[in-house]
Amino acid sequence: MEVNPLEVSVWRGGADGRFETFEVPRRASQTVLDVVTYIQRHLDPTLAYRFACRVGMCGSCAMTVNGTPRWTCRTHVDKVAKGGRVTIGPLANMPVVRDLVADMREFFDKWARARGQFKPTATRENAFARVKPDSPERREADAGIECIGCGVCYAACDVVAWKPEYLGPAALNRAWTLVNDARDGGQSARLQAVAGDAGCHSCHTLMSCTKHCPKGLSPTRAIAGLKRATAGVDFEDAP
Amino acid sequence: MSTRGEVRLWIVQRATAAVLALCVVVHLATIIYAVRGGLTAAEILSRTRGSVAWGAFYAVFVIAAAVHGSIGLRTICMEWLGLAKPWAGRLMAVAAIAMLLTGLRAVCAVVVP
Repeated sequence: MEVNPLEVSVWRGGADGRFETFEVPRRASQTVLDVVTYIQRHLDPTLAYRFACRVGMCGSCAMTVNGTPRWTCRTHVDKVAKGGRVTIGPLANMPVVRDLVADMREFFDKWARARGQFKPTATRENAFARVKPDSPERREADAGIECIGCGVCYAACDVVAWKPEYLGPAALNRAWTLVNDARDGGQSARLQAVAGDAGCHSCHTLMSCTKHCPKGLSPTRAIAGLKRATAGVDFEDAP
Repeated sequence: MSTRGEVRLWIVQRATAAVLALCVVVHLATIIYAVRGGLTAAEILSRTRGSVAWGAFYAVFVIAAAVHGSIGLRTICMEWLGLAKPWAGRLMAVAAIAMLLTGLRAVCAVVVP
């Protein structure tokens, strides 16, 4: 049964903040982002949160909803409000900037550290690379390239929680899509970057990333692929 | 340990896991088969004493378990106890040797006539 109004606990302040409760009227097809927006526009304009597209493309509105990381623009209140209550906090495993805004710098720095940049091997003078759509490599890349960088997998990952230097599922998923990119020339440095302690070998295959990914991707599969790809590499003993 | 070392440990742990999967299946099947006629020490020893095949099988089982388990203990020591890598590595070696000695001693006890 629908409870109206909705009782919403929202994280306020930085890491040492606290939850503040608001009452928000229920609406049909209301999303968690709608609830947060209502609070900011009608109840407390100082509430800080982040969003852009509202349609599940940009990856900026992820928050912790009732203890679970979710994309709030595509999460209906009906689905998560138990007994007419919702608790909304910033994403876990990232420093809190303020209220519902998490600092994603480290999260994206790790994409760079995992060599998530495309390294071209051709110039504009070359012909287009021909990549067969049904080749195994192209299919592997396809399985991972729809990542929107929302940070939900990173917030859900227990290994990130206990090992802060771990690159995390999103960065490793990105690396795996590039490992399968026939046009890329940065493979050796990439495999070196994603192997070992901070990389794919720290993954315990708990699969929280895969369970929570709003796009239905499987970073776990990508990480398993990286483990296979690095198995045959003779690494330089760099520190 | 270097990246190369870490990757090698991972491969060794994977390989021993494959061996263990087979060993555990054979071991469990043997248990289920063996207890059908009642379980006694004499009955077990009559099967294993002097058997080169069972001796080899359980020796492989012990070696795989010692290697696989000690690599896992090293990771647990680092992640849960916050142990520094060199110390976790030493502990891994001690655990592996202890498991090998006790395990192989047990194999000898049931195989050597």
